[in-house]
Amino acid sequence: MNETTGEAPMPGGLLLDAHGVTKAFGGLTAVNHVDFTVPEQSVVSLIGPNGAGKTTFFNVIAGLYRPTGGAIMFAGRNITGWKPHEVARLGMARTFQSIRVFANMTSLENVLIGMHSHLKADPVRIVVGAPAIAAEEEAAHRTARELLAFVGLRGREEEMAKNLAYGDQRRLEIARALALRPRLLLLDEPAAGMNPEEARRLMEFIRRLRSERRLTVLLIEHQMRVVMGVADRVTVLDHGEKIAEGTPDEIRRNPQVIEAYLGKAAAT
Amino acid sequence: MGALQRLAPYRVVLGVLLLVLIYPLLDRNAGHINAAADAAVFILLALGLNIVVGFAGLLDLGYAAFFAIGSYAYALAASPFYHVHVPFWPMLLLSALIAAVFGALLGAPTLRLRGDYLAIVTLGFGEIVPTVFLNLPKYTGGTNGIVGIDQPTFFGYRFGFNPTPYYYTLIAIIVLSVIAILRLRDSRLGRAWLAVREDEVAAASMGINLTTTKLLAFSFGAFFSGFGGALYVSKLGVVSPDQFNFTVSFTVLAMVVLGGMGNVFGVIAGAAILYEFQTLFLTDLSQWSHNLGHAWGISLLTQIDFVNLKFLLYGLGLVLLMLLRPEGLFPAKRIRAIVTETVGEAERAPALGAEGPGVETTAPPDAG
Repeated sequence: MNETTGEAPMPGGLLLDAHGVTKAFGGLTAVNHVDFTVPEQSVVSLIGPNGAGKTTFFNVIAGLYRPTGGAIMFAGRNITGWKPHEVARLGMARTFQSIRVFANMTSLENVLIGMHSHLKADPVRIVVGAPAIAAEEEAAHRTARELLAFVGLRGREEEMAKNLAYGDQRRLEIARALALRPRLLLLDEPAAGMNPEEARRLMEFIRRLRSERRLTVLLIEHQMRVVMGVADRVTVLDHGEKIAEGTPDEIRRNPQVIEAYLGKAAAT
Repeated sequence: MGALQRLAPYRVVLGVLLLVLIYPLLDRNAGHINAAADAAVFILLALGLNIVVGFAGLLDLGYAAFFAIGSYAYALAASPFYHVHVPFWPMLLLSALIAAVFGALLGAPTLRLRGDYLAIVTLGFGEIVPTVFLNLPKYTGGTNGIVGIDQPTFFGYRFGFNPTPYYYTLIAIIVLSVIAILRLRDSRLGRAWLAVREDEVAAASMGINLTTTKLLAFSFGAFFSGFGGALYVSKLGVVSPDQFNFTVSFTVLAMVVLGGMGNVFGVIAGAAILYEFQTLFLTDLSQWSHNLGHAWGISLLTQIDFVNLKFLLYGLGLVLLMLLRPEGLFPAKRIRAIVTETVGEAERAPALGAEGPGVETTAPPDAG
């Protein structure tokens, strides 16, 4: 496919370039004309109070929702309106705010699902038992074990995902996303439900993802302080609109951002 | 050595297979062999439906439609009806392939549906297909169906009306089908089916194409029923629409549930048990009851016909099964985990407090 929008050929180094993204559910505009870019090999964060439209924006990017307006360029392609599996195969993997591991599959199987689109076995060769398939499966299992070890789940391969502890399920979800060999990793509130120490370790892990795996990460976070040490740039959404963008330091001092958060906090 | 080791986990299955192979030598009653051959047809149906329901989690209540399509495909291509006589073996495979194509065609409109809605639509298809065969007498023989269907031959040997060669053919097809299904289950496709059953959104986000994955489940499910259909009508010699009513779909589903959804060997056992129960045991039971009634002079016992009561008994049986053993007689490990979900959750909660330093809190994520 070679779709390009006339106005925006990819400028060098932008992995994701969302332009004027709007998503309305009936009368409610959850995301309103948001421009958003992610440079290659950066860690970019999207923050905002609860209900700001962060997850909706995420879902639009990942193809779960079709945008009401706007265009999304990813890895040089216009992916607006693509299906989730097509976006995933182009190299965008994600985790979910409320964990969505495959509960009744083992850790290993969960990670193998992430590798699904890289495996070549087709139904006919599976049924006739082609030898190449056994070799492919063996290699896939090996890679899956390595990934589980990388996220700290060595020895838990055969455990049903639902029997893993909460934090381990989060790790498993990340391992599954990494199995897709993504160029862009979308993490939706990965620190939710974690205490400050856990959250700090998670951010360290995200830094490792960038340094060791040369990954680009887009991180949604509700708590501002969590992303301050890890994000290169921060974008703030409130009521579906982008209210600020800049380095973590700039964002911390931005009066509009402070107001959005304090206003929300006062209300709850 | 390697082959022996690989077969080791299947020693019970191989033992049963051996018994099944010598069974016609032990039991000279042709009626019993015939019943066993019919049971084998239902085993094929149950194996196919297990792919759709047990693996991919798509509740299909109209599975008899594919049985009908496989049956009619063979009947039309190998009978005096059109004066076409395609040889048995190629047509056996072709019937299965035709059923598989219709599996995908009838599956396509249901892709967006889940759970109850999917069940209702497939129920409709299950009724529509035999009705179509009924109402196209010019092309399908209508009510009368098709008679004089070709019987198989094997290197000059004519199967005729002797059930034994059909029985062995069915066993061979079942063995091949089980090998194929186990390979599918342990492949990327089998995993994708499980993932789709677990969580469609997460599966799609991991690069799984929901459309092709579900259509392949419907297609493979129908494929095995096509084998069953072709063998069934070649043995019976006739086919008519009333052989494919809802009770067939229901019975096959009951077999899958009884045996243990998702467990290939459990489903085979479920099908064999249920079929033998309804054809042999209920007949015998009626006979005993009549004898007992005559001996004791109780007229109620002499009149009771358990075969006619079979669906009442099925209903009672299923209620008991759901109360006592909801995961089926021989549950797949995974299905047991799903069925006992609430128990699992309850066990999990206290365990969390004792977790190591990796996990400090179990607070639910923010909803927002």
